[in-house]
Amino acid sequence: MIVNRKPLTFWERLYLPAILGGFKVTLRHAWRTLFERKIVTMEYPEQKWAVPPDYRGAPYLVKDQEGNTKCVSCQLCEFVCPPKAIKIIPPGPAGQTADRPNAEKMPLEFEINMLRCIFCGFCQEVCPEEAIFLQKDYSFTGTSREEMIYDKEKLLALGGVHGGIQKWKLKLEEAREQESFPVKL
Amino acid sequence: MDWNFIIFSAVKIAVVIGVVQGMVAYAVLAERKISAWIQDRVGPNRTAPPFVKFIPIVGPFLIRLGIFQPLADGLKFMFKEDFTPAGVRKIYFFLAPAIAVIPAMLTVAVIPFGSTMGAQKMVIADLNVGILYTFGIVSLGVYGIVLAGYAANSKYPFLGGIRSSAQMISYEISMSLSVIPVLLIVGNLNLGQIINWQTQHGWLIIYAPVAFIIFLVASFAETNRLPFDLPEAETELVAGYHTEYGSMKFALFFLGEYSNMIASAAMMVTLFFGGWTLPFWGLDHAAGTLAGGIAHILIFLIKMCAFLVLFIWVRWMFPRFRYDQLMDLGWRRFLPLALVNILVTAIILWMRS
Repeated sequence: MIVNRKPLTFWERLYLPAILGGFKVTLRHAWRTLFERKIVTMEYPEQKWAVPPDYRGAPYLVKDQEGNTKCVSCQLCEFVCPPKAIKIIPPGPAGQTADRPNAEKMPLEFEINMLRCIFCGFCQEVCPEEAIFLQKDYSFTGTSREEMIYDKEKLLALGGVHGGIQKWKLKLEEAREQESFPVKL
Repeated sequence: MDWNFIIFSAVKIAVVIGVVQGMVAYAVLAERKISAWIQDRVGPNRTAPPFVKFIPIVGPFLIRLGIFQPLADGLKFMFKEDFTPAGVRKIYFFLAPAIAVIPAMLTVAVIPFGSTMGAQKMVIADLNVGILYTFGIVSLGVYGIVLAGYAANSKYPFLGGIRSSAQMISYEISMSLSVIPVLLIVGNLNLGQIINWQTQHGWLIIYAPVAFIIFLVASFAETNRLPFDLPEAETELVAGYHTEYGSMKFALFFLGEYSNMIASAAMMVTLFFGGWTLPFWGLDHAAGTLAGGIAHILIFLIKMCAFLVLFIWVRWMFPRFRYDQLMDLGWRRFLPLALVNILVTAIILWMRS
């Protein structure tokens, strides 16, 4: 495509109108910034942006409404984790049993290395118990590498209670409904 | 050569260099703040020594203004590792920042920054060839940049150095020629005498506006400021001639650039805007009292700061000139214009005499 460029007029060739225009635009912006406070900068630690609902932040372990650990240490998340950030130590044959019914065991130790984690969400995707969720935290600080490895207590404390989802209760209710369902032949 | 002269000169040199350095530091802050305002940002507003925030009202305001940022910048430059890349030509590499700074500092010597304080004239060296001295020294500044480009043994600095030398030479000529009408009108090369002439006849901007415009544009080019910052050209040449420099050596180039700006601003104030004088309130003749002397210095500083703000403002306003456009503007527009300007001024002066 050929664009015809009009030859510049005398005034345009003098640069002066363009210079004045430049002064006008910059002055307008400076005025707005200084006196009308139209600033695009968000001053981070004081102001924070609204985290969108599906945001993939740090993965934390969650408890159910009764305060029981949901994780059953199946180690699927450890297996699927691309950067190998998750390390699970299962309780072993003689170890502690789960603190809720419908679960065989719970992890003895569950560690996520936040320096390795890439927040991909595979662990949340793969978890059969809906025990790990990527939550809205995006800013971590620590003074050492060891501090950035979050252990089970810390993950559970940060994760909090995940309301609404109690998978086995749901299954139980479904099963009961099916039992009482009038079967028509 | 009496002791009085030596002591007072030493004091004046120390004070002037101190003030110029301080102004450089705060010109950098002004640069960052003004650019922020123009671009709808807030600019530096955090750095402060810990106790300042406890001062009521004033403290937080000063922090928001970023008043302490230059101190932090200076400290950072001081304590950074002074890294010398492999393959540089060491002598020139070390020499270049010094050569960039020293001429910029020397230029200030002849500029009368005030009338009198007591019996002392407020100028370091009251030379009779003030303007010639300035142009002589200013043109040395390019060697720092060229040497830096050459010594770094790297492509980008080299290109920056080449561009700089071409640019400096083309604008040097227009700059010198643009001042000649001023000299023709005043008939004196002494900057103090030029100011005296302006107190009697009005500021020279009225008599030689074209000369002022050429001088202004040429001084933008001389100080490597946008729209003529081809030697640095971040988008094209990484950082141009100081790509390979770090820590204090880099800071010296910065110092040189901003000192040059200050020197050019001072030159423009002196040559075209009446120096330390104001045409009213009786501020147009040498002060008899100490307060008057201080007032004159303040007037000079305010005028100079106005020009510094202009320098900074323009930087955030225009895109960079292309190399050939730069040369075109220098050689084909400003050089003939300056020559015509000299001719016209001479003819008018001849007809009036």
